[in-house]
Amino acid sequence: MTRGASDTGVPRASGDAPRRLAGALWRRPRLGRWLLLALPLGWLAIVYLGSLAVLFLNAFWSLDPFTGQVVRELTLDNFVHLATTEVFRTITLRTLGIAALVTVACALIAFPIAYYMARIASRRTRAMMLIAVLLPLWSSYLVKIYAWRTILGGNGLLDWLLAPFGLASPGFGELAIWLVFTYLWLPYMILPIYTALDRLPASLLEASADLGARSGFTFRRVILPIMIPAVAAGSIFTFSLTIGDYITPRLVSNTKFIGNVVYENVGVAGNIPLAAAFSLVPVVVMIGYLFAARRIGAFDSL
Amino acid sequence: MVESRLVRVLLRMAAWLTIAFMWAPLIVIAVYAFNASRSQSWPIRGLTLDWFARAAADGSVRDALLASVLAACGATLLALLLGTLTAIAVARFRFFGRGTISFLVVLPIALPGIVTGMALSTTFRTFGIDLGLATVIVGHATFCVVLAYNNVVARLRRLSRTYEEASMDLGADTWATFRRVLLPGMRSALLSGGLLAFALSFDEVIVTSFTAGAGTQTMPLWVLANFSRPNAIPVVNVVALALIVISIVPVYVAQRFGGEAVAVTR
Repeated sequence: MTRGASDTGVPRASGDAPRRLAGALWRRPRLGRWLLLALPLGWLAIVYLGSLAVLFLNAFWSLDPFTGQVVRELTLDNFVHLATTEVFRTITLRTLGIAALVTVACALIAFPIAYYMARIASRRTRAMMLIAVLLPLWSSYLVKIYAWRTILGGNGLLDWLLAPFGLASPGFGELAIWLVFTYLWLPYMILPIYTALDRLPASLLEASADLGARSGFTFRRVILPIMIPAVAAGSIFTFSLTIGDYITPRLVSNTKFIGNVVYENVGVAGNIPLAAAFSLVPVVVMIGYLFAARRIGAFDSL
Repeated sequence: MVESRLVRVLLRMAAWLTIAFMWAPLIVIAVYAFNASRSQSWPIRGLTLDWFARAAADGSVRDALLASVLAACGATLLALLLGTLTAIAVARFRFFGRGTISFLVVLPIALPGIVTGMALSTTFRTFGIDLGLATVIVGHATFCVVLAYNNVVARLRRLSRTYEEASMDLGADTWATFRRVLLPGMRSALLSGGLLAFALSFDEVIVTSFTAGAGTQTMPLWVLANFSRPNAIPVVNVVALALIVISIVPVYVAQRFGGEAVAVTR
């Protein structure tokens, strides 16, 4: 294509403003593309990055204990308070610890189904299973937690199922949090592992067998290395979503996550600077996590 | 590696057990919506449709439904506009910083929900903006952009540019080419991106709880306010079933239209 429409000799409606504008933009492609981007980039940069900056700034402000007003002077008090208070340390460790346990559980449960879908199931079964994994992923997040609340609660489904064995539901608490998070984020782990196994050429496995490797050896030397980036990719979701959640602990336990403290301090307690400082903990952890995941090659598996 | 028969049978069992695990809570809630008894004990004693009528007659449920629909429509339209503009720029031009843009678009959904919610809420408060439906829409649109963007950009990469060039060679200007060539090409991508954005917005609760303020209640916020009130439980069950249906149906339709982003970005 050589030049714009207006130069090709096609008769054009003279005095047609939109068309003249189109021609002008065509001759200035740089202006055109920045006009395209002005609105969305302005939105994301001002509304989102701007908000993150305000959040960051608030974390270094403080609350006047007598007036309840935010004092706009830079201070590290919030961070000192968070680091030296036993409760906040416990909550941080609990949040990160449960996030790690959830990630491990998701990886262990996700592998068999992902392997079955990618390498054993027939085409039709595989398509059906993919939809069966995707739809629960997309169905209402809050309702899924609420459903577990009724299942785990007194006289719920779990009590009924375990009664013949003389057992009862573990009830609400940290175990319930771990179970519900594992349930919620499991599809995020299944999908990348499935994709990685699906991409693995069958000839590699055959070659390994032809060269005399037993199944276990092939698993360790061929399947595991391609699984690691996929698990790392899935773990970004399982880890990040767990440390950023406060609804699950609220519905199925009395214990607190970082998110619960943040939410309470925005609402009832009204200490926004402290909440802002505490909400930076997940950000810092996730940035570190993303860098580590990138080294393992997680981003190629997303 | 040829899996032994035993391994295959075990894997198949594990796979179907996992799927049963994923669907069980959804089925349980669907059953409870028809529970004749007020108590949440299992198994349920009888079936009734009464709670559906009760939910439909409940003013606060209707208000919440309206708020959710308005928020989701507003957020979807904004996200489609912003996401499509970004996608066209990224897919059709080369420029400095192009790689950063997809990162910027994903960021609101990649960072933990409390961070996005907290950042927006702090900003609104710092600048004295009243929290309400408008601030909910701003928040939702911000994290929904990625759904529109991913779908449209994937489509544009597959859509050959020769059609646009032919259109312009035949005398169509930028607007006519957009309307007659680009838009029809993107239509199903816009539809599936929009459906996913609607589903995500309708169901979102963390960012919503930070940006809604006291006077605004979406459906998920209504559930959050009522789940522990014994009297409200039967209606909560009905609303829960409605939320499952409203979140699954758009996604199923989007999948049928070939939505590229169904799997990745949630």
